[in-house]
Amino acid sequence: MIYFDNAATTWPKPPAVAEAMVHFLEDVGANPGRAAHRRAVESGRIVYDAREAVAELFNAPDPLRLIFGANVTEALNLALRGYLRPGDHVVTSSMEHNSVMRPLRALEHQGVELTVVGCSPEGFLDPADVEAAIRPHTVMIALNHASNVVGTLLPVAEVGRIAREHDLLLLVDAAQTGGAYPVDVQAQRTDLLAFTGHKSLHGPMGTGGLIIGERVDVGRLRPLKRGGTGSNSELEEQPGFLPDMCESGTPNAVGLAGLRAGVRWVLERGIETIRAHEVTMTQRLIDGLGAVDGVTVYGGLDAERQTATVSFNIAGMAASEAGLRLDEEHGIMCRVGLHCAPAAHKTIGTFPDGTIRFGLSAFNTLEEVEQAVEAVRQLAEEPR
Amino acid sequence: MSEDSYSVVLVYSTSYALRAEKVLADAGIACKLIPVPRHLSSDCGVCVRVRRADREPTRGALEAAGVEIEGVYDI
Repeated sequence: MIYFDNAATTWPKPPAVAEAMVHFLEDVGANPGRAAHRRAVESGRIVYDAREAVAELFNAPDPLRLIFGANVTEALNLALRGYLRPGDHVVTSSMEHNSVMRPLRALEHQGVELTVVGCSPEGFLDPADVEAAIRPHTVMIALNHASNVVGTLLPVAEVGRIAREHDLLLLVDAAQTGGAYPVDVQAQRTDLLAFTGHKSLHGPMGTGGLIIGERVDVGRLRPLKRGGTGSNSELEEQPGFLPDMCESGTPNAVGLAGLRAGVRWVLERGIETIRAHEVTMTQRLIDGLGAVDGVTVYGGLDAERQTATVSFNIAGMAASEAGLRLDEEHGIMCRVGLHCAPAAHKTIGTFPDGTIRFGLSAFNTLEEVEQAVEAVRQLAEEPR
Repeated sequence: MSEDSYSVVLVYSTSYALRAEKVLADAGIACKLIPVPRHLSSDCGVCVRVRRADREPTRGALEAAGVEIEGVYDI
């Protein structure tokens, strides 16, 4: 069996992740930040350590400006719906996932102006096109760091420099890069970084968050939900300080225990080591698939310019059929279709049919890549 | 000053208290997170208890680390 659906959720996880979650459930268990007995404090410590681990990985200076939530989608909704107001203008790219596009389209109905900057058919974005889209009332640029469809890396550091020059905020969706490619909120001048726990941070589903930089006016940010925080309990008004302001309700502490273990695994293994392994596998996959007659590989075809996610199609075979047969006949689990990113598929020319997507992770091997290429070759070479 | 006299540092949230605990551990100052004494605040959260002799080094270490302090009280 080969698991190539890591761009959706990574599997397997480092063993320490399940161990940390079992430890939490069996030996800790209490509500973090809601009482002062030993188990509540230990639970709070685990959540705080998760905060520090994620902040360290993304080079965020203040772990208390990190908001934990359910996933990257919730974080993106907080950043977009919490910050933008009618009359504001926001710039995004044509490679975005619906987690960015749908909140933005809804805000558009409420009077936020939106410019979607086109990307090349390979999925690359020219920073000059972003700069040209800036207007006097632009307040934010929202970009994914890498496409979930073809893995192409967007030039966030260059756009971050442009954002600073124009006094705008840069929101980066790091769903596809966090834990697999260097993400550095300072070097990449990122004001709002949305991440998810269940992909290359190797945590469980139900974990993610938003890092809020110093340039963000917290007074302007509206929380998505309000409620109990364990702080300022004498007041019926929501606290105005981070992280409590945006973290109402009991958090997914058992999930965050797992996330902490996953991020610690990434920090110990090292992003450079993980990245080097993924680049080697990705280039072999691109080259192997590209050499099969009838297979079209999308994106820049250069592993150095993308994550370990490769989209392709087989001539004469619907992606859905290929996905079913890869699973049933070859034991290869992947994702086919539009990958929740219709704009990206329009950009690369595969809308509405979609693609077959192989998403690799640090736990995959070159042998699996070779087997998968051979399986695709067999499907492609069938007489039709 | 008796061995049993303490001071408490009130902070704005549990996350701040947990950060304070780490900062003080790094500074070699013993501390314990306890419920906020009712006569100091009606908050339901935790505060940081230190030996009274460590009160000023505690204040210094937390301020140096940028941990915002709501108040420091002898108890």
